[in-house]
Amino acid sequence: MKSKYDVLIIGGGPGGALAGKTAAEKGLSACIVEKRQAIGTPVRCAEGIGREALHEFIEPDPRWISAEMHSAGIVAPDGFFMKLESDMAGSKVGYVLDRKFFDRELVWKAAEAGADVAVKSRAAAPIMENGVLKGAKIEYCGKVNDVRADVVIAADGVESKFSKWCGIDTTVPVGEIMSSVQYVMADIEIDEHSTIFYLGNDVAPEGYLWIFPKGHRTANVGIGISGKKSGEGHRAKDYLDRFVKKTFPNGKTIEYIPGGVSVCRPLDCTVADNFLIIGDAARVVDPLTGGGIYNAMYTGKLAAEVAADCISKGDTSKKALMAYDKTWRASKMGKAIERNYHIKEYLIRQPDAKLNEIIHSVSKMNLKEFSTISLIKEIIRVNPKLMLELGALAASLR
Amino acid sequence: MLKVHRDICGYCGCCVSVCPEGALELIDAYLSVEPNCTSCGICAKVCPLGALEVVNEK
Repeated sequence: MKSKYDVLIIGGGPGGALAGKTAAEKGLSACIVEKRQAIGTPVRCAEGIGREALHEFIEPDPRWISAEMHSAGIVAPDGFFMKLESDMAGSKVGYVLDRKFFDRELVWKAAEAGADVAVKSRAAAPIMENGVLKGAKIEYCGKVNDVRADVVIAADGVESKFSKWCGIDTTVPVGEIMSSVQYVMADIEIDEHSTIFYLGNDVAPEGYLWIFPKGHRTANVGIGISGKKSGEGHRAKDYLDRFVKKTFPNGKTIEYIPGGVSVCRPLDCTVADNFLIIGDAARVVDPLTGGGIYNAMYTGKLAAEVAADCISKGDTSKKALMAYDKTWRASKMGKAIERNYHIKEYLIRQPDAKLNEIIHSVSKMNLKEFSTISLIKEIIRVNPKLMLELGALAASLR
Repeated sequence: MLKVHRDICGYCGCCVSVCPEGALELIDAYLSVEPNCTSCGICAKVCPLGALEVVNEK
């Protein structure tokens, strides 16, 4: 690791990797620091991603695709099963990744493009001069070194601390953290090409339980519940254990994965002087699905592009870097986050009976475009009175 | 004070994200609690595994 870079990236997940790759491709010197001992572990993810979303950044490779998804299913609180299929039956609609290898591949591509990578290296504090960020103190094997940079990109995930140290409040409200647990289970009876979502206040209060297939008789079986519904005796793990005992009594758990997923609005501002915040650290997770891989890659790439432009013009002030914040908010991703935040807020207030009613109204759906928004639109089409309940939001859904 | 049950903790960082004081930090596979912790208990509530507990000081 050198003592000075154009861009210093804190965190080696998909967001940090895309930032590092993009910065290096733009001819900048870049370094990705990862506090963990290995890129890709421990996994804290259900690993699902839509087909189009993945293809925008990388061509699928069997080395890190665990399974291809052809359909999805939603189980209503009363047990009623709704199947969602693509208009083109049997076509791929998404993937379940193997994040251990996927994350490595992305960081490998960043390294290949010319970025430096350092593992077991932790950003312990920002370097501030006259109140302006100038880099980070990087701890490696007990030694702390100053690493200066024109721009620092915080890609340090849900447990992000770097932005807080720079004076930006990233605290997730207690009701907007999904308290989550997932087991990678083996030897279970599943549909190997379909993701299943279970809804209901007894199953997963203000969240959902998922089965994401990972291959033959194996799947990520997990749950996220609202932090405000969590407590002693009724935690995410309690709900998941109850489900697994009933549904997969003979399954074997081969990996145990706790985690937290933010479903709040993104940070009010994701830039400061010489500073950009991306991915989970910027709270740009989709509040409805909890999906964050695409959003991290998108903001990571964009952040590096804006950083490169600003560095070339010799101005990396907050004002100059604001182009990043403005661009992602106006993007398809930014708009989807805002819209899905409202849909989530509506759905978590509905009693089970209402969720049953909505799901019963459509027993099987063939979607032209396989996405959450086309699902919502289809649900509204068959339940026109939902338009009234959704109020101002309805206009954006037509 | 906040007690971390290290045999239960899965070192996921869920608690870090909700701490209003910024008193928690996940350092690789170690959860550190800084002196500015106010024992508010938000982290203990949201922990998916029940690894955190606010205990009365004696």
